[in-house]
Amino acid sequence: MPSVMLKKNAEGKLVFYVPKKDLEEVAESVEFDSPDKWGGEVLLSDGSTYYFEPQAQPDFPVTLRAKRLDSGE
Amino acid sequence: MAALTREETEALIQEVLEVYPEQARKDRAKHLAVNDQSLEKSNKCITSNRKSQPGVMTIRGCAYAGSKGVVWGPIKDMIHISHGPVGCGQYSRAGRRNYYVGTTGVNTFGTMNFTSDFQEKDIVFGGDKKLAKIMNEIEELFPLNKGISIQSECPIGLIGDDIEAVAKKANKEIGKPVVPVRCEGFRGVSQSLGHHIANDAIRDWVLENRDGDESFPTTPYDVAVIGDYNIGGDAWASRTLLEEMGLRVVAQWSGDGTIAEMEKTPKVKLNLIHCYRSMNYIARHMEEKYKIPWIEYNFFGPTKIAESLRKIASHFDETIMAGAEKVIAKYQSEYDAVIAKYKPRLQGKRVMLYVGGLRPRHVIGAYEDLGMEVVGTGYEFGHNDDYDRTIKEMGNATLIYDDVTGYEFEEFVKKVQPDLIGSGIKEKYIFQKMGIPFRQMHSWDYSGPYHGYDGFAIFARDMDMTLNNPCWKQVKVPWKTDDTSKVAVAASA
Repeated sequence: MPSVMLKKNAEGKLVFYVPKKDLEEVAESVEFDSPDKWGGEVLLSDGSTYYFEPQAQPDFPVTLRAKRLDSGE
Repeated sequence: MAALTREETEALIQEVLEVYPEQARKDRAKHLAVNDQSLEKSNKCITSNRKSQPGVMTIRGCAYAGSKGVVWGPIKDMIHISHGPVGCGQYSRAGRRNYYVGTTGVNTFGTMNFTSDFQEKDIVFGGDKKLAKIMNEIEELFPLNKGISIQSECPIGLIGDDIEAVAKKANKEIGKPVVPVRCEGFRGVSQSLGHHIANDAIRDWVLENRDGDESFPTTPYDVAVIGDYNIGGDAWASRTLLEEMGLRVVAQWSGDGTIAEMEKTPKVKLNLIHCYRSMNYIARHMEEKYKIPWIEYNFFGPTKIAESLRKIASHFDETIMAGAEKVIAKYQSEYDAVIAKYKPRLQGKRVMLYVGGLRPRHVIGAYEDLGMEVVGTGYEFGHNDDYDRTIKEMGNATLIYDDVTGYEFEEFVKKVQPDLIGSGIKEKYIFQKMGIPFRQMHSWDYSGPYHGYDGFAIFARDMDMTLNNPCWKQVKVPWKTDDTSKVAVAASA
């Protein structure tokens, strides 16, 4: 359950940062991405996937707990 | 000597690795790579931020060095107690040349060493009482200090002293910020964790001191310079450029900085990060908590300065954008003259770098402006995200080495034969004795500033006077000198 810092970059894409792992990746897709429901499975550009509890869209940047589903290797 | 091809570089790495026992070879192989610009991510080719192998000569420092030496030390109006035995503070005192304005010992304390000088009895019975006493003494002797930070050395963590409790009590008594920093040297693999711990201490003990206090008048053009340690006056050379383009620099972190500036930083509109490695943590925190965006910039060499000024300006309105163009135009004749003078003398020279956490990639642009080529680079304590940013800056098939050992670095230099090496004081005399020009790139070899347009002129002069110094032709003994170098000596004499 890593803590993930999420923010939007200049292109409006979601940037995923895990401080402990120096992992800085752009999210390719987010399962639920609407103002009232956000979260689910998030696929990163390196192929790994993380899971966030679906919730109302947070105010980025924000730190959330994520579950790691697949390392992409 | 011509540039190495990819195969030659790979063969060189294999050759250097051969002397290691199998286990060490396997580990070290992960830290040496041939640059491939087509890669997006560095973790495909290099591993970083791992524990050094026992038995090799690593060039890294410790967490205390990262916190006291880098992040906290330059804050000039605070007193930083090196809590523990006397050596850590004394041998690192004033070595980093973080310049500041003020009267040392009266209202600024940058070059002084404060220590609790642990003795056996402090280890046996604990040092908390001593620490409390020291802080009262400091208040009496140096009443103009604006706060105290307690920089833990290894024994503090080992004996389990409760410096937080002492700090809280002292804070009530003296009414100034007292910050305990848990930066014991044994934490982490290098000074990098010390930066992180120091950033966290700022976050927890300093940053929110003025939350809810709106008495500080702000403007739409407020910025903070973060991660510039004013080595040889770097931050001043950067600050003038930012102010000339119309921005207001509210805080300098932490070269020539004060605690009041740090407390005001949450009021700025944009954080400018120079040393990403040591201060990105606090910038990310401020982005999340105070919604202050941050950007990285690079003030080494005119190409990168112009790029950075435009990037910074793009976060503001037209007046600042026009200001940036004005600044670039204003200095153009100056830096064109520098390039015209030094480029012919330095053109085509090859440089190998091995520095800390930012310069291995930031200074590449400055060398390229002078027509030089960086053929090898590496970080003492960089992480993956640093290497991600380095791959694009470096040429294809150049060497990249992480936490290079003394042996590897020497062997690489013998084979690659660069014209100049930029690294630290521990490497300086080895390479000078090998007859290779060397610049100490941690504290600019007692020169500087190197940031900004003013700094570029000094940078170019320093590189020229090192590289083209006639002394390098005298290093070889006469009976080993061939005819060509004799002619060169005669010509330059």
